Amino acid sequence: MFNINKIRQDFPALHQEVYGKPLIYFDNAATTQKPKAVIDVVNEMNSKTNGNIHRAFHYLGNLCTERYEAARETIRRYLNAAKKEEIIFTSGTTAGINMLAFSFGERYVHTGDEIIISEAEHHSNIVPWQLLCERKDASLKILPVHDDGRLAVEKLPELITSRTRLICVAQASNVLGIRNPVKEIIAIAHAHGVPVMIDGAQGAVHGGIDIQDVDGDFYVFSGHKLYGPTGTGVLYGKEKYLAELPPYQGGGEMIDTVSFERTTYAGLPLKFEAGTPNYTGAYGLKTAIDYLEQTGWDNIHQQETSLVNYAMQRLQEIDGVHVYGAAQPKTSLLAFGINGIHPSDIALLMDKTGIAVRAGHLCAQPLMRRFGVQGMLRFSFSFYNTKEEIDTAITALIKAKQLLA
Amino acid sequence: MSIAEIEKEIVEEFALFSEWMDKYEHLIELGKALPPFDPKDKTEQHLINGCQSRVWLAATYENGLVYFTADSDAIITKGIVALLLRVLSGQAPQAIIDAPLDFINQIGLKENLSPTRANGLLSMVKQMKLYALVFRSSQ
Repeated sequence: MFNINKIRQDFPALHQEVYGKPLIYFDNAATTQKPKAVIDVVNEMNSKTNGNIHRAFHYLGNLCTERYEAARETIRRYLNAAKKEEIIFTSGTTAGINMLAFSFGERYVHTGDEIIISEAEHHSNIVPWQLLCERKDASLKILPVHDDGRLAVEKLPELITSRTRLICVAQASNVLGIRNPVKEIIAIAHAHGVPVMIDGAQGAVHGGIDIQDVDGDFYVFSGHKLYGPTGTGVLYGKEKYLAELPPYQGGGEMIDTVSFERTTYAGLPLKFEAGTPNYTGAYGLKTAIDYLEQTGWDNIHQQETSLVNYAMQRLQEIDGVHVYGAAQPKTSLLAFGINGIHPSDIALLMDKTGIAVRAGHLCAQPLMRRFGVQGMLRFSFSFYNTKEEIDTAITALIKAKQLLA
Repeated sequence: MSIAEIEKEIVEEFALFSEWMDKYEHLIELGKALPPFDPKDKTEQHLINGCQSRVWLAATYENGLVYFTADSDAIITKGIVALLLRVLSGQAPQAIIDAPLDFINQIGLKENLSPTRANGLLSMVKQMKLYALVFRSSQ
């Protein structure tokens, strides 16, 4: 049974005051608060179970190695990846995309080649590809977005050419909250022999993905958005690709033999994990996934859907409010604007009443231009939020709007 | 009035408000009352970097004094702009360069507004002082 009061007790950060007002946290798409289970396990490892992994001859090192590899197995299962070797730990989505842009670019991208991304991408899924294109004298092509926020997937076949090397799209938009038809996109890409990277930053947190079912070639996500520690993340890649890609960074852990004449690399996944990895964070992330599975993805989904629908209804009652991206299905966030009022003014005033929301370009300037605005306001919900919090936020929003009008 | 005198006046004005919401309300009113900015000046050249909302700042130099005009698309930011203009516009370049602008701290603007970069308060101050520096060296 889903008991919201019990759930909220699991998250210490929710029980605090800011500026003397009880915190209402609606910036969950940026990062989520951590359940006590995650805090406790990270604390335990920092205060007790700490030893550097993989080459240790001692108890603590072995225990940490076991935990690190157990985390890898949990993530493999969470994504339904075929093999543990396909799970690379990173420091987050951005790191994963940069790693892939480098390694994939070195192996497969040459002068005149093309990478396709969508118009609705987060800057993290734009800039690494631009950098790659600059390095390789390749070009970036853009899959447009419809007025209702859907990707114009029907235009994808004509965008793909014999020079297309990779297609990179978000599983769900961090601005519009729309879940993209990744299975369909991948099928179209594969029909043309092109691999696809899915940016799962906003998807992993809503139940993840069955990577074998959608047949994704690469998938990246961040741990801190998935109720895990900051500085954790994952790059999934099909073994057939990862085995072919050169390492991104050199160092400890990733080698087989080293001499001054020649170094041979470790196999997967260690080839891509140079240096001491964040094993404490990885185990914290495993603990977060365990916690979410115990809570139940169906329960989480139901609660978040009910919150986003309720917020949509309440927002539409307000004069001059316009919600962007009406298309379904949605995750648990809404981006909107208010006629004649700058988003940052509203966000500043709401902050003073203890309500954390996001305002601005939402790390997606091209999409802002697409909708002809400088910025938007965003409410993003987690299953630990409540309808009462939405009511309080709407009241604060109306008051702020009156003040600013 | 000297910069110090105007700053003192602003500090006293804000001392009337104990609640932060009232201070914001006052800022909003100041923003709304800011004299209109010449639309011709809304160019890239006058846009200040480092603000989430757009801020335009222009300056002229007459009889040894610097005159600023400014605008923003966010009204709270515009209120902050209005305060800075009140203190620094119509002053001599050296006075602007030397102005410690303690009032920003004293009315709680710095701690409440600047860390997020949302309003670009510090970028604005820097840009105003840069204008003063340029005008001084043109003397």
